[in-house]
This record gives sequence, structure tokens and C-alpha cells, in this order.
Amino acid sequence: MSMNVIEATGLGKRYGSTWALRECTLAIPAGHVAALVGPNGAGKTTLLNLAVGLAEPSAGGVTVLGGLPPGSPAALDGIAFVAQDTPVYKNLSAADMLHLTRNLNRRFDQRYAEARLAELGIPLNRKAGKLSGGQQAQLALTLALARRPRLLVLDEPVAMLDPVARHDFMATVLAAAAAEKGEGELGGVSVVLSSHVLTELERVADYLILLSQGRVQVAGEVDDLLASHRMLTGPAAEADKYAERPVVHVRRGEAQAHLLVRATADDPVPPGWEAHPVGLEELTLAYLREPGAAALPGPGRGRHTQPSEVTQ
Amino acid sequence: MTALTMPARPKHDAGLRPVPWRRMAWVTWRQHRAALGGVAALLGALAVYLWLTGLQIHHSYATACHPASSIACTINFTGRYATSVNVVRVFLQAVPALIGAFAGAPLLARELETGTFRFAWTQGIGRWRWTLAKLVLLAVVVAAAAGAFSVLFSWYLRPFFAAGYAIPFATDVFDLREVAFAAWTLAAFAIGALAGMLIRRVVPAIAATLTAYAGLALATALYLRQHYMTPLLTSKLNLPGSAWIVSQWYTKGGKFALPARGSQIVNALQHFCSSSRLSPAQCLSQHGYTWWARYQPGSRFWPFQWIEGGWLLALSVLLIAATVWLVRRRAA
Repeated sequence: MSMNVIEATGLGKRYGSTWALRECTLAIPAGHVAALVGPNGAGKTTLLNLAVGLAEPSAGGVTVLGGLPPGSPAALDGIAFVAQDTPVYKNLSAADMLHLTRNLNRRFDQRYAEARLAELGIPLNRKAGKLSGGQQAQLALTLALARRPRLLVLDEPVAMLDPVARHDFMATVLAAAAAEKGEGELGGVSVVLSSHVLTELERVADYLILLSQGRVQVAGEVDDLLASHRMLTGPAAEADKYAERPVVHVRRGEAQAHLLVRATADDPVPPGWEAHPVGLEELTLAYLREPGAAALPGPGRGRHTQPSEVTQ
Repeated sequence: MTALTMPARPKHDAGLRPVPWRRMAWVTWRQHRAALGGVAALLGALAVYLWLTGLQIHHSYATACHPASSIACTINFTGRYATSVNVVRVFLQAVPALIGAFAGAPLLARELETGTFRFAWTQGIGRWRWTLAKLVLLAVVVAAAAGAFSVLFSWYLRPFFAAGYAIPFATDVFDLREVAFAAWTLAAFAIGALAGMLIRRVVPAIAATLTAYAGLALATALYLRQHYMTPLLTSKLNLPGSAWIVSQWYTKGGKFALPARGSQIVNALQHFCSSSRLSPAQCLSQHGYTWWARYQPGSRFWPFQWIEGGWLLALSVLLIAATVWLVRRRAA
């Protein structure tokens, strides 16, 4: 699929005199579970609110599902949004929430929703306010998926959940996203989720957008990003000399230094140094610690960066 | 960075049929049945009270008041029920305000306060349709309930009008009658909805609704209502009891002499009429003063009801439109 589920150009949002998001330009292609990562206050929620039509941009523009204006009937129809803290009507039962959501949408897969809740052990007659945090999140997610959206947007879905609930929630998301490849009946769900929790991200996301101070710092497919970065370990004294490949981040120990560099497995390793593959969490942390570094898809949607964008 | 190429808009998005309006009926009922139940309980309890006491009042009037001006009527009817009708009409003044505050104000304020608007406003139906459907449905229901209730109140009042204890134009009765009562309830609801959208918190929105409603009702009763139609001018002393005297004064020799209130008239009455058994106007006319009055004749009661109902309806439509416009524009 070549469609972009979210595409922003120079997007900015100001609340009063504070910019929550600034000059944000990004394109999230369809067919991924894309993780929007960044520290608190990076503008993740703002970006998602703009994409689902809950907020209007102060600058620039954003389109969804291949060019639709956010909040337009077609965009609302194709996007299901689960907001932070997964709001549900506390005084309504789970069954009422299903009925309500069915009435508010053109499509609603009642059978899927009921089966899903039964599987999760959520009683239909229980008030949403009486469910545990994890169950409320699962209920909100089930309502969203039963709408059969083309794009599922999740804002900090697991921030408030305990590890077990977090795992279960992500399993539901992954099952829905995997069904896209043809198995199951949900077909065609792209997922964009924001998170400041990095654990489990590697299991969940296959596309990463790192947002920092309202700007996009890293964007790309997880496999590409991991293949194009290496962790070099060598004598601390030589750390500063190493300049053959762009260095993203330097972590110094007493005797050894760890350099996260942009390099593939085929790139030569200097004598006295060892190269290791990096994990997504490690890579993300390195970029979060270096707000000036960037890894963005170039014209060919590749893994190159302009060297000028990389700090040492 | 370069943005990725933007593909053509998928075809199946064109000609998308919106979610049918009628689906909002269930949604509105399910989400607001507690508020509607509250309105029904309030009006229902009052209706039962008015019905039971009204039967006694009608019976008492029928036995004591022939003729209506008799002393028996004054003692056995007016004397007995004056207090209760006065309490009822003061209490009923609060009913539209309560409906506005507890059914209107939380409608959007609660969604905004608890964050559920992020759920509701991202559903396929779209947020302005969601808002418009809810507001219109609930507004029609509360206005109709209030209108039906005020028919009963009019029946309850009828003996007091007949006995000359109150006139339909009386400030604290006029706005409790059919058209006006429905319209005031509608306006209170619309004020509440807008206040909820603007303030975004339930309790402050309720307070603002009560304040705004009281201000509007007071300004209307004291300053606005008397100007709905140009008052008639008369110097005849035999004005029918149903007339609503808007202003009165005295002239002498064709010139303004006395206002109808204040120390001047008190002095004049003490001077000329301290031993007179006549009414002030009759007594003063014997001393060369002419009494003048601007008044609204009792026959204008229904035109006034419709005028008040009309502008309140227009105001309510405007407030609801403003609320929907705000929802459409000013989101998170």
C-alpha cells in the first residue's frame, strides 16, 4: 500500500502563546503499526488530536487516509480513535456502550465486539465505571475495532495499565494489525499509537516516529532503522577520533566507550572496536538523548540522512 | 525531509452516506434518561400537588364565591388559598431555571470535563450532528413537558382570576402560563447548553446558567414586557380589573402635576383625602386633578404570550445554533 494514513506538512498547534507542536512534517505509510514516541510534552497527543479532527491546526496542514481532511465524514468513518485514559461513559454498561457506538457509526461489528468481550471476560451488563482500568481500556479498544476502521489511532493506550493489562492490550492491537495481512475478518487496519513507554515497543511496532520538542527526529521502518545502526564498543580514549561514520550518541564508561553510529553490518569496524546490532529501545533512547540528531527518510524513502543533520 | 507521494483519494469515500439522524434518538434517550427522569419527576410531583389542591380550590370557589366579590368568597376562598398560590407561583418561577441548570448545563460540560467528548466526537456521525440532534431532541421534549404542565397550572389559577385575586398579566403569573412557560423552559435549556460548552465544567456552568436565566427573566418582567405593544392611554377611572397599568400620573389644568408614587402624592392625599372614603384617584379628581394611565388591556394577554414565546424561541434557536457552531469549530 502506498497510501499515507497520516501526512503532515509544516503542521503547528499553538495553545495561547505556547507551541505544542511546531513545523511537523511527516508521512506515516499505511499497513504498519507505527509507534509515535517521544518525551512528555513532545506534542504526541497534539499531533494525534489534529489527525482525528479534535483540534484545528494553527499552522500548516494535515491529511489522513490518503488526503482526507481530518474530521470530515469520510475521515471519521475510517478512523477509530482511543484517547488517553480511554474515556468511556462510566454510567453505561458494556452492552450499552456497544449499542451506543453502533448507533453512532455506519458500520459496527456487533458479533466481533461481543465475542471479544466474552473472550476478555468482561460482563456485558457491568457498568463501564465498575470495570478495572485494563478492562476499560480493552472495552474502548474493542469499540474502536468493531467499527472496522482503516486506521486505528491510540493515544498513550497503555500508560495507565499494569504490565499484564498492557501485554493483553497490545496483543489485541497486534491481532487486529496482523489480520490485515489477510487472516481473520478485520482486514486493513493500520495502527498509529503514541507512547512514552519504550518497553515492548519492538514487539509491537514496525514503524517508528520519534517526536522531540514538537519536531520529528526519527522516522522509518523499524527493520531499516535497526539495520542501519550499530553499537560500537572500544577504548574510551579513542572515542573522539572515531568519525568515519556518523555518530548519533556517545556513552562513556571508565575504560570503554559505546558509540551508536549509523552503519550497516557490512561496514568495516576499526581495529580494537567491536560492533553489535542495536535494539529498538537502545536506539530510541540514544536519539532521545541527542535531540539534535535525526534519521529521516530521504527522497527515496531510504535509510540515508544528510550528514549535516547528524551531530557528533 | 520530503513528504511521501499522496495517492488519489479512494473512490469509496465519495458519496459516503451519513449516519441516519434517527439513531440519535436512542443515544440521547440512553445518555440523558436520568436528566429527563428528573424533569419528569419534578413536573410530575408538582402536577400531582397542583391537581389535588386545585380540586379543593375549584370546589371551594364554587361553594363560596357567588358572587365572586362577596365577603364569604374573600374569607372562605381567597383568605384560605392566597398563601398557597403565592408559594406555588414563586416556586414555579424556579422550574425553568432548574431544568436549564440540571438538564441543559451538564449536557456538554460533563463530556468536556470527563474527556468523553474525545470518544463521542470522533465517531462516524460527526460532532456537530451529534450535538444538534441531542440539543434539538431534548429542547423539544423539555419545552413540550413544560407547556403541558402549564396547562394544568392555568386550570389551577382560574378561580383566583375569577375571584379577582390575581390578573393574568401579573408579573409572577404571566411567565408561568402556557406559551411563555414552555418558551422560558426552552430558553433556560439553551442557555445551559451554551454555558456548558463555553465553561466546560459542570458546576460553574450550572451557576452561570442560574445567574443568566435569573437576569434575563428579571429584566424581561421589569423592563421589557410592557413594551411588547404600545400601551393605551386613558383618563377614565373605570378601567377593567384585567388591565395591566404600566404607568400612571396626575395632571392639573392640562399640565403634569403629580406622579402616582412618592412623597408628593402622599402629601397631596393627606392634604385632600385624609377623610375621604373614595379611592385616591376618585378623591383627587374631585379636587381638580386628572388621573392618567398607560395600560395594556387584558385582551392583549394572548398576543403578549405569543410575542414573549416568539422572541424566546428565536433566542433559543440562536443559542443552540451558537452552541453547535462552537462544537464544530472549537474542539480540544
